[in-house]
Amino acid sequence: MGAATSQSIPNTDIRRAGVSLSWSSLLRIVILYAVLIGGAIAFAFPLFWLVGTSLKPENEVFLFPPVLIPHPIQLQNYPQALALFPFVTGFENTMTIVIGVEAGRLFSATLAAYVFARLRFPFRTPLFVLVLSTMMLPYHVTLIPQFLIFRDIGWLNTFLPLIVPAFFGGGAFYIFLLRQFFLGIPKEYDDAAAIDGCSPLGIFWRIILPLSKPALGAVAIFTFMEQWNDYFGPLIYLNEEKNYTLALSFKIWQLTQQSGLGYKPQPYDRIMAIATLITLPPVIIFFFTQRYFIQGVVISGLKG
Amino acid sequence: MKMEPSLLFGTPSAPQNNTSLKRDRGFWQSPMRKREAGYAYLGLLPWILGFLAFTIYPVVASAYYSLTDYPILKGPTWVGLTNYATMLSDDLFWKSLKVTGIYTIAAVPLGVVVGYGMALLLNQQVKGLSAWRTIYFLPSIVPAIASAYLWAWMFNPDFGIINGFLIHLGIKGPEWFGSEQWVLPSFIIMSVWGAGGGLILYLASLQGVPTTLYEAAKVDGANAWDCLLHITVPMTSPVILFTFLTGIIGTFQIFTAGYIITSGGPNNASLFYVLYLFENGWEYFKMGYASALAWVLLIIMLALTGLVLIASRRLVYYEGDEKGA
Repeated sequence: MGAATSQSIPNTDIRRAGVSLSWSSLLRIVILYAVLIGGAIAFAFPLFWLVGTSLKPENEVFLFPPVLIPHPIQLQNYPQALALFPFVTGFENTMTIVIGVEAGRLFSATLAAYVFARLRFPFRTPLFVLVLSTMMLPYHVTLIPQFLIFRDIGWLNTFLPLIVPAFFGGGAFYIFLLRQFFLGIPKEYDDAAAIDGCSPLGIFWRIILPLSKPALGAVAIFTFMEQWNDYFGPLIYLNEEKNYTLALSFKIWQLTQQSGLGYKPQPYDRIMAIATLITLPPVIIFFFTQRYFIQGVVISGLKG
Repeated sequence: MKMEPSLLFGTPSAPQNNTSLKRDRGFWQSPMRKREAGYAYLGLLPWILGFLAFTIYPVVASAYYSLTDYPILKGPTWVGLTNYATMLSDDLFWKSLKVTGIYTIAAVPLGVVVGYGMALLLNQQVKGLSAWRTIYFLPSIVPAIASAYLWAWMFNPDFGIINGFLIHLGIKGPEWFGSEQWVLPSFIIMSVWGAGGGLILYLASLQGVPTTLYEAAKVDGANAWDCLLHITVPMTSPVILFTFLTGIIGTFQIFTAGYIITSGGPNNASLFYVLYLFENGWEYFKMGYASALAWVLLIIMLALTGLVLIASRRLVYYEGDEKGA
């Protein structure tokens, strides 16, 4: 566009200005990409090092100064690490919690969000403010009494304390996110359905939910990331190894390589192998669901 | 931002937001309204029950427990404000506050500046935006436990890549997580690696700044720096405030990395607040003292939030009355 306008004006001064501008903008582009590449290397390097170490022979791991690229690439670290790491059990336990929380949250948070987005009832605004204010409450303030309740009803060392609360509200952040999305759905759809005799629950089920797949997807993805990453909850509530999540097993396993009569820490190539395996699911999910993920972040943060 | 369609077309439901104050007392008496309210409370029932059982009761109960001596196996005995008095003379409590405070004060602004800086760079119409965005964003979705072991390994004083790199430059690297002096800087560096977490939000808000503003500023002779300071940052300040606040709340409650890498050491130099709370509750089984710590945490969080909101009142710009929807 710049070129076109300078061609149409037969004035050498302006043309010269255009040329020098393009030099400075070229310089700007070079600097921009140099910074971007430098930053990308700095941010990608730890991930490269994570995977790289997991593929190194043990003697190469402890070479100093370190070797950048594994040689030879040693895939055996994975079976060797997994030989003593209860991956399948850990995965099943983690996924039990993930799926439970997903179900609970998708049930109760969508319902609450729909009510706040669409229905009129006394105390709507104060109640919604109350919902939002629970976002400020640190988890640790409610933690101890919750723990004692779950102990008293015999739920310790089960997944129930980690799953059941999700069925009762599903978290203020998610209610907020879903409500924001529902508000963007034209109300004419509701009105048309209501004229056809649809009840509010029917509108929720037949109209709002089917139109909200992107938001539901975002909630499902965020929940997966959050639960996959959670360490504190399982640490508090689960105390038998058969119930451990992947993250809990990781810490125990990492300290227990049999050596003679005692134990010593696992070598770093194997630790990085397990760390790579634990990192993979969220990364894969992010790659396949980027669109929903990004949309969800934008709904929750920008339209506030 | 989308307009409420009901406002555009003036359907009977339009007045719902505007005239709620003028409603007469009989408003909720009509059978249709009653039915709608009934459905509403039905839909909210799970949340209401959860709020009572998992929020209200625990908050009140933990306030009560904080005034008791509560060894987990015995039960609470009333001791008044003893726990809070103990806290005042508890060196570890003060240490954990200091450690967590320093970590938060350094990590949150650094994270916001780095994340925002990335977004500014990526907003310059770069080629391959989604690839760059992915590279910068990816570290923030690495599970905390994996990144804890990864950074413990990279910062390993003897065989880690970071000291290996420093040796090349002729510098003998510190002990990092093993040094009282360097342990917090190590955690802070590690947290900056996750700074891309705010990137998506920053980018979206930068793209929302009207280009006409920049064109007008250019006509007035503003340079790039002026534009950044007087247009870009003010126009995106609500999002900066949002990430700053959520950053403070999250960072102050750091647990996993500290628990895995240092367990508070060396010499309690990384005894983060929640770690200390956890130790009291689940290692020494002092539920009363842990509850008092939790309440102090709540008060600190409220105070910090209030402070940030007051400080930001003059700094944050909300466009028109669009806020909220």
